[in-house]
Amino acid sequence: MRLRTLFTVAALGLTMALPLAAVTSTPAAAKTFRWANDGDVNSMDPYARNETFLLSFNLNIYEPLVRRTADLKKDPGLATEWKATSPTVWQFKLRQGVKFSDGTPFTADDVVFSYGRAVGPGSNIGTAFASVKEVRKIDDFTVEVETKYPNPIFVDEITNWGIMSKAWCEKNNAVNSADLTKNEENFATRNAMGTGPFMLKSREPDVKTVLVPNPGWWDKPQHNLTEVVFQRIANGATRVAALKSGEIDMVYTIPPQDVEPLKKSDGISVLEGPETRVVYLGFDQARDELLYSNIKGKNPFKDPKVRLAFWQAIDTDAIKTRVMRGQSQPVALMWAPGINGYSKDVDVRPKYDPEASKKLLAEAGYDKGFELTLDCPNDRYVNDEAICQAVTAMLARVGVKVTLRAQNRLKYFAQILGPKYDTSFYMLGWTPATYDAHNAMQALMQTRDNKQIGLFNVGGWSNKKFDDLANTIAQELDQPKRDAMIKEAAIIHRDEVGHIPLHQQYVVWAARKNIDLKQQADNMFPLRFVKVN
Amino acid sequence: MLAFILRRLFQSVIVMLAVAFVSFVMFNFVGDPVNAMVGQDTTMQDREALREKLGLNDPMPIRFARFVGNALQGNFGLSYRTAEPVGRMIAERLPATLELSLVAATFALIVGLMMGVYTGLYRNSWLSRLFMTLSLIGVSLPPFMVGILLILVFAVLLGWLPSFGRGDVVKIGGWTTGFLTVSGWKALILPAVTLGLFQMTLITRLVRAEMLEVLRTDYIKFARARGLSNRAVNFGHALKNTLVPVITITGLQLGAIIAFAIITETVFSWPGIGLLFIQSVYFADIPVMSTYLVMIGLIFVIINLIVDLLYFAVDPRLRIGGGGGH
Repeated sequence: MRLRTLFTVAALGLTMALPLAAVTSTPAAAKTFRWANDGDVNSMDPYARNETFLLSFNLNIYEPLVRRTADLKKDPGLATEWKATSPTVWQFKLRQGVKFSDGTPFTADDVVFSYGRAVGPGSNIGTAFASVKEVRKIDDFTVEVETKYPNPIFVDEITNWGIMSKAWCEKNNAVNSADLTKNEENFATRNAMGTGPFMLKSREPDVKTVLVPNPGWWDKPQHNLTEVVFQRIANGATRVAALKSGEIDMVYTIPPQDVEPLKKSDGISVLEGPETRVVYLGFDQARDELLYSNIKGKNPFKDPKVRLAFWQAIDTDAIKTRVMRGQSQPVALMWAPGINGYSKDVDVRPKYDPEASKKLLAEAGYDKGFELTLDCPNDRYVNDEAICQAVTAMLARVGVKVTLRAQNRLKYFAQILGPKYDTSFYMLGWTPATYDAHNAMQALMQTRDNKQIGLFNVGGWSNKKFDDLANTIAQELDQPKRDAMIKEAAIIHRDEVGHIPLHQQYVVWAARKNIDLKQQADNMFPLRFVKVN
Repeated sequence: MLAFILRRLFQSVIVMLAVAFVSFVMFNFVGDPVNAMVGQDTTMQDREALREKLGLNDPMPIRFARFVGNALQGNFGLSYRTAEPVGRMIAERLPATLELSLVAATFALIVGLMMGVYTGLYRNSWLSRLFMTLSLIGVSLPPFMVGILLILVFAVLLGWLPSFGRGDVVKIGGWTTGFLTVSGWKALILPAVTLGLFQMTLITRLVRAEMLEVLRTDYIKFARARGLSNRAVNFGHALKNTLVPVITITGLQLGAIIAFAIITETVFSWPGIGLLFIQSVYFADIPVMSTYLVMIGLIFVIINLIVDLLYFAVDPRLRIGGGGGH
C-alpha cells in the first residue's frame, strides 16, 4: 500500500505546485511587444538573403535611403530628396545630423560603402543594382548613382536596401557578407548596428531576438514600444495557442485552417489582405513536343485556343471559396494591385465556361481531350498542392486528364527552373521585388536570353511586340507614357494567354486586441507602426 | 574487458562512416539548396557559380570524402541557411535537447517503474486498471497530438504552463541550462511528458510483464517461505531480476528519445537540435543535416556501448563467461 500513498502524494504535489508556479509568470511590464513567426530571421546581415522576412526585420535596424509608408508609397528615409539630374544619373541629398546608434555620424561614405558591400561577394541583394554603373560621393551629404542605361524605377528598387556603417563594418571585419566556403563566422551575422528606429539588444538564433528603441533616432517615433521580443514558434498550432494564452501579442504567419476559429475568439483580431504575390499557371510553349503528355509530334500549348480553353475551364472563384477558405483574391494580371502598372480595367479574365472551353479544345483538334502532367510545389504557397488538385479536377470536366506531380519546393525548383525547364504545365508565384510591373515582365514573360531576362519564363512564352514594349518600358522616364505601355503589354499577354493568373493569396496576421498595427500588401512588417495599448 | 571496448570502438567507427555515407546519398534527394539561398532575380550564371563554389556539382564520393576529411579536423562548415559555423550551431542547441531527453527519460523510467511494479503486484486493483488504460492511450496517441492536447489544456485553458520555448536559461560556460530557473522547469514539464510518455508506457508494460513472470518463479516462493518481508521479496529479489531487459530498453530508448525529440521539439518550439534539423531539411542545409545525422549516429553508438557495459555490472553471468563479444 506504500506505493499507493506515494502516488497520491505525488499527484497532490503536482496539482499544488502548478498554480503556484503560474503566479510568478504574469506578463512583464507594458509596452513590450512579443511576436512570433514560423521561422527565424536567418541572419542579422541585411544583405545575407533576398527574402521578405529577413529584409523586413533588418530594416528595423538598418534604414534605406528611401523607405515606404504602410500603403507602399515612397517616403524620405536617410535621403531627404532625390531627383534624376540626367537620364542616367540619380542624385540623393542625404539627411544631415543622423547618427548610427553607436554614435558615429552618417555620411555619404556609408552609402558608397554599403553599395560596394551589396554588390560584393557573399551579398544576395546585388540584383537590385543590376542597372548601376557607379555610386559616387559628391560631398558629405550628396550621392550620385550613375546607371548603365536610363532606369526610371531605380528608387523603387532600393527601398529595401538598408545602409550599413562603414566604420563599424571595417572595425569588425565585416566588410563583406559571410563567405560560405570559409569556416569562420562573419560578425554581421549575429550583430547589427544601424541608424534605424530599433537597436539589437540580444540575439539567440532560432530562439529569441530582442530589439529596443533607438533613443537617438532622427524621426519622431509613431510606435510606443519599449522592447520588442521576437520568437520563433515552428508549429502552427502552437503559435496560435501561444497567441490565445497571451504569451505572445502577434503572430505573423497563421495557418489557413486557424483563421476562422481565431476570428471568433475573444481578444484577438485577425488582419488579412491580399499579398502582392500573384500565383499563376504556365504552359510549356517552347518545345515542339510536350515532355509529359500523350500528344506526340506536336505541342498543344502552341495553340492559343488551347491556352484559352484551359483558362475558361478553371474557376478561380471556386478555388477561392473551396480551397482557400475565402483567403484569396482572384486576379487576371501577372501583377497585382499595389504594384506600379496594375490597371483595374485590364484585370478582367475570360469567363469561366466549361462548355466554351470544350468547344475551343474541339476547334483546336482535341475534342477527346488529352493527358498531361501538372508540376506543383507542396510547401511554397498557401495551399499550393490543394489548388493544383482543384485545377486537375476542373480540367477533367473538359476532358483534359491531368496527372499531378507535387513535390517540395527545393526539388520542384531544381526541376522546373532553367536551364532544364523540365515541365509541361506548372504553378508559380511572383512578387516584383521592385514594386513595379517591369520586374515581372522581364523575369516571367520576356523571351529567355538564358541570363537575366526570362529567367522564370519557364514555359518559354515569346512575343516580339511584348519584348519590344518591355525593353522600352525598362528605360522610359516619362511616367504616363510608361504606364500606358505597361497596360498595352498586359493586354497582349492576357489576350494571348501567356500564363493563367489565378489569385493573390492573403497575408494573414493575428494580434491581441490591444495591439495597433498596419498590415502591408508586400508582407513587410515595420515595427515602427506598432502600438501597444 | 579492454579488448571488448576496443573492438566495440572499432565497430563504431565503421557504423559512423556508414551513417555519414547513407546520409550523403540521401542528400541527393532533398533538392537544390541554391534556389533557396539566392534572391529570385539572381541570374542563372550566378546560381551556377554558387553551386560550383559550394562544390555541389562535384560527384557524391568526392563530396563525401571532403566532408569526412573536414569533419575529422572538427570543421563542419557554415550553414547554408544562417552562415553560422555548424559546429557552434549544434553545440548551442545540444544542451536543450539533452536536458529535455534526460528529464523525459528520467520521468519515463521512474513513473514507468513505479506503475509497472504496482500493476504487477496488484493486478486487479482499480488503480492498476487505470494505469493500464492510461498506458494504452500513451502508446496509441501520436506525440504531436499529445503535445497539442497538453498545450491546449495547460497553456491555453488553464494558463499554468508556457506553450513553447525553454523559459529563461542560465549560461554556464558553453552550456545553457533551464534547470536553474523556475520558468525553465515550467517550460520543461509539457515537452518532457510528451516525449517520455511513449517510453513510460513501454517501461510500465515491460516491468509489469517481467514482474508477473518473476513472481511466479520458485525462488520467490522460497523467499517468502523463508519469511522475508514483502518489501525484501518484491524489491530485493523480484524487481532486481526484471532489470536486465529494462536497462536494455531504456538505454536504447534514450537514443530514440534524443533522435525522435524532433517531433516534440517542433510542437513546443524547443530550441534543440531536432528543430534545427527539421528546419535544415526544409532549406536543404546540407552541412547542418550531415553533421546532425553523424552526431545522432555517435550518440547511439555511445549509448549502446554504455548499455553493454552495464550488463556486466548487473548480470554476473556475463562476467564469468569472460569479456568476449556476443
